[in-house]
Amino acid sequence: MSSPFKDARGRPLAAVTGLGVVTSLGRGKDENWRKLTSGCSGIRPITRFPTDGLRTTIAGTVDCIELSVQTSATRTMEMAGVAAAEALDEAGLPEADFPGPLFLATPPAEIEWPQRRRIYEAALGSADKGYRRLVAAARAGDFQDIADESQFASAAIYLANRFGTKGLPVSVSTACASGATAIQLGVEAIRRGETTAALCIGTDSSVQLEALVRFSLLSALSTRNDAPQAASRPFSRGRDGFVMAEGAGALVLEDLEAAVGRGAPILAIVRGCGEMADDYHRTRSKPDGSAIIGAIRRAIEDACIAPDDIDYVNAHGTSTPENDKMEYLSLSAVLGDHLQKTPVTSNKSMIGHTLSAAGAIEAVFSVLTIQHGVIPPTINCDDPDPEIPMDVVPGTARAARVRNVLSNSFGFGGQNACLVIGAYDGVK
Amino acid sequence: MKNSREVWITGIGILSCAGEGIVAHAPSNQKNFTQTDTTRFSPYCVHPLCTVDFAKQIVKTSEQKQMGLWQRTGVYAAGLALADAGLTDQPALLERTNLVVAAGNGERDCSFDSKVLGAGTCGAAAPAQLNEALLTGLRPTLYLGELSNLLAGNISIVHHATGSSRTFKGEEISGVSAIENAHRRISSGQSDLFLVGGALNAEREDLLLGYELGRTLWAHPYKSVWSRKADGGGFIPGSVGAFLVLEAREHAQARGRKPYARVCDVATDRCRRQPGEATRTLQNLFDKLGVPEGALAVMSGASGAEPATSEELEFLQGLEDRNYRVAIRAHGAWLGHSVEAHFPAGVCLAALALASGQFFEPSDEKSVEAPFEAGEVPHVLVTGVGHWRGEGLALLARV
Repeated sequence: MSSPFKDARGRPLAAVTGLGVVTSLGRGKDENWRKLTSGCSGIRPITRFPTDGLRTTIAGTVDCIELSVQTSATRTMEMAGVAAAEALDEAGLPEADFPGPLFLATPPAEIEWPQRRRIYEAALGSADKGYRRLVAAARAGDFQDIADESQFASAAIYLANRFGTKGLPVSVSTACASGATAIQLGVEAIRRGETTAALCIGTDSSVQLEALVRFSLLSALSTRNDAPQAASRPFSRGRDGFVMAEGAGALVLEDLEAAVGRGAPILAIVRGCGEMADDYHRTRSKPDGSAIIGAIRRAIEDACIAPDDIDYVNAHGTSTPENDKMEYLSLSAVLGDHLQKTPVTSNKSMIGHTLSAAGAIEAVFSVLTIQHGVIPPTINCDDPDPEIPMDVVPGTARAARVRNVLSNSFGFGGQNACLVIGAYDGVK
Repeated sequence: MKNSREVWITGIGILSCAGEGIVAHAPSNQKNFTQTDTTRFSPYCVHPLCTVDFAKQIVKTSEQKQMGLWQRTGVYAAGLALADAGLTDQPALLERTNLVVAAGNGERDCSFDSKVLGAGTCGAAAPAQLNEALLTGLRPTLYLGELSNLLAGNISIVHHATGSSRTFKGEEISGVSAIENAHRRISSGQSDLFLVGGALNAEREDLLLGYELGRTLWAHPYKSVWSRKADGGGFIPGSVGAFLVLEAREHAQARGRKPYARVCDVATDRCRRQPGEATRTLQNLFDKLGVPEGALAVMSGASGAEPATSEELEFLQGLEDRNYRVAIRAHGAWLGHSVEAHFPAGVCLAALALASGQFFEPSDEKSVEAPFEAGEVPHVLVTGVGHWRGEGLALLARV
């Protein structure tokens, strides 16, 4: 007889028992869900640094986190902390003694221009130039604060210490698929029986000058600066690029049996994870979509369900001309005729593209969609792309009974990760 | 499902100051290790990469141009490992090959940064000038192409290994986690075939700046890692690409491959590095590995940074009181400290020692490193202690 705590392949089920989220829409699940289902946009003009002369001057910045030093690194850590604290509270777990490992999706840790200038100017009067002067100044001065933030392990170590997670924290990057990969690592650790709980977080605060310029130079960003809230237009004819955004999403995953045993709230089950790497190009996916198709197909297979069992797709939906078209083609290839009956929406139409955090934030929203029985809309799709004939739930949220969500994440560099998140029906 | 299957090392790809490939890194070639460059970044010493003809692994010049040197180093090492394991041009195997890559930050355009700093255009009073400088001076593809996960991306593009792809970050921790993750996925039966490793280009000033902000570099003439404490310690970075093919025993045998060694287990943790804490953490991890008593060869990843190096040494020397006779070697003294690639590099060297039956010779001036006198090497303990955070141990055995 099969166990109610295991999947069809006999693996322990990974339950979601706590959620936390911070985005440009606000802090916490309640505010985010209210705004997301009302079709609100969090995209606004950037005020954090001067945008003189830049082609793109808008982003989904998180301005509700107070910090003494505003750098990408400090925001990245703090947002993750806020999201994780909310998730632990919901799961009913202590805030400083988490009974399992941390899997964290983070952006690059970098020294930004104001810090670089601070180091350079510390050696005032030096005859040295360039990096020689910077390195000498670093040795002579006290820049421990910058050092502590610019290590790649910094965010994970900070969070591991704060929440008392066990073992070596894992920081992962699969670019824009990172958040989904962090969840996948947690699910796998539970399935292998290494732990009964995992804290999975995606966090990203890349809205800083040089990162904005880099994406801008690749012509990847929307330049609809005059109408920020209408700039992220996934699946629409007039989409012209993604909008950079910040945020963090946190999920407490637990072995279902252990979670039920301690009376934890079971919000959903992460039923399947699929990934496939592309070998075609650094920024573009294979023209035949085979890597994306492979990732979607593997996630559905891993969930031990059929494509027809997917009843909502939380799309990657970045609002770039190429992504949205490829995502449609790939979904058609896997879901076939079933796609016509399946709502597909992009949270990014409202919160922008939260990069390393996107997979985790959108997983949080996928669980909320199941819990509330409401599908958040895709906004700004009043002029749909005729080549993407999908039900994108335009403009207004829709009530729906959602059993299985497919959440897609496709990364720059060809790394694709998809999740299938399912409703929980109780122990039968 | 835990630890039910054996994990074999069936391919090694390594390049460093000692040269490229398995012969250059075998115990028989030890006299050629420890190449240093003491002038280019004086007062810092680095272990420079050997001369490499990258076209041997990355045929298209256009591909090479899209990669920074750390990526070329890693892609090259990955290609060596795949070839060594008989996976090159085997599409049916490559599409099932899972990548687990340890990576740090990409390389910056130091001359551009220097120009901006020198022109004073990054002053707070002149924001428009900085914006203009970045818009006109940053090479569009350079930095995005330098994202951490693009080493793995380039390996997929050049070598067509596409089973799955995960990039771990976090300095030394990332290399430890990469080996641990692959080991767990194989031993639990989740997957059969992995390409695991990392790469570091030590010969760049932006990297030196990153580590010197925490004053973790050795800024004196070369000394072995065990001899730096009196001057405050510090690591000497080394340019290294180190990749391993890890494979389930059954899978390797079915395709007729012989192993270099078996990865028995990997144990990891993190502590807050209060005094003595790293030593205790390593002792606890060691107890989990079930290491047979007697002569024990140790391939230490000690970096030379303090207090981590002294704490690790205290743990290793403490094993003498527990019926172990330890023969310690530190590969950081030979090839340099390669941060993300350091633990994979240690595993590569340990596997080469096990395959040859011979351990490396002692090479430090403080006599920390005793000769290995027990004949053929049955086991090697590989240590990975982060210069700042993270502790890991792996036990390898002769097959």
